[in-house]
Amino acid sequence: MGFASPTLRLTEDQYRTIVGHCYDGLPNEACGLLVGPVSNGEPSGAVSEARPCRNEAASALTYRVDGRDQIAAMRAAEARGDEIVGCWHSHTHTDAYPSPTDVEQATWYPEWVYVLVSLRDDEPVLRAYRIRDEVIAECRVVLDR
Amino acid sequence: MPIEVRLPTLLRPHADGAASVSATGATVGDVFADLTARYPGLSDQLVDESGSIHKFVNVYRNDDDVRYLDQLDTKVTDGDVVAILPAVAGG
Repeated sequence: MGFASPTLRLTEDQYRTIVGHCYDGLPNEACGLLVGPVSNGEPSGAVSEARPCRNEAASALTYRVDGRDQIAAMRAAEARGDEIVGCWHSHTHTDAYPSPTDVEQATWYPEWVYVLVSLRDDEPVLRAYRIRDEVIAECRVVLDR
Repeated sequence: MPIEVRLPTLLRPHADGAASVSATGATVGDVFADLTARYPGLSDQLVDESGSIHKFVNVYRNDDDVRYLDQLDTKVTDGDVVAILPAVAGG
């Protein structure tokens, strides 16, 4: 693997925010942005804020973060000296693994961490990935209590 | 009427590596026309075949998403900042 995969560290509150927002979005996919510190151009894996966003696509198959929410998240990140370091979205009926569309779209933000939440089973499954040059590498996820 | 246009990292190679460039025009569409005349490589990235803003690009006038204003007809004036951000999307 030619690039680093940071450990994604989420607080329990952030985890609940992400998964709760995914359930709230049903039957459509839900999405949001992760804000956190960056060092040497790479996310450290720490998350200072998980920001739920509107899914402009309003679809069970695709998502697009509302452009107004995206710029608001960027400004909020800048105000605290952080950057947007990743995003999350739900897969309502499939695995927590990047789809071909996810891989294609990740070209724009190769430094980000991509969080997928599968709601297919009774229990939600959250996994995180780096996606760079169409190569998918899973990141370890740690919940800080 | 100079307008500052901020470019995302992946589009900068199409504009000689610049993070922001000056352009002129009375609307966002004018600004794009001015920009793509000087940097033709940006053309396919900003607008689609029908002449609309590219599906996966967000364009902001002073942080307002122009798709909720008048799209390419959104007016700009001296000192405005037009920011271009790739959309966050997938399936």
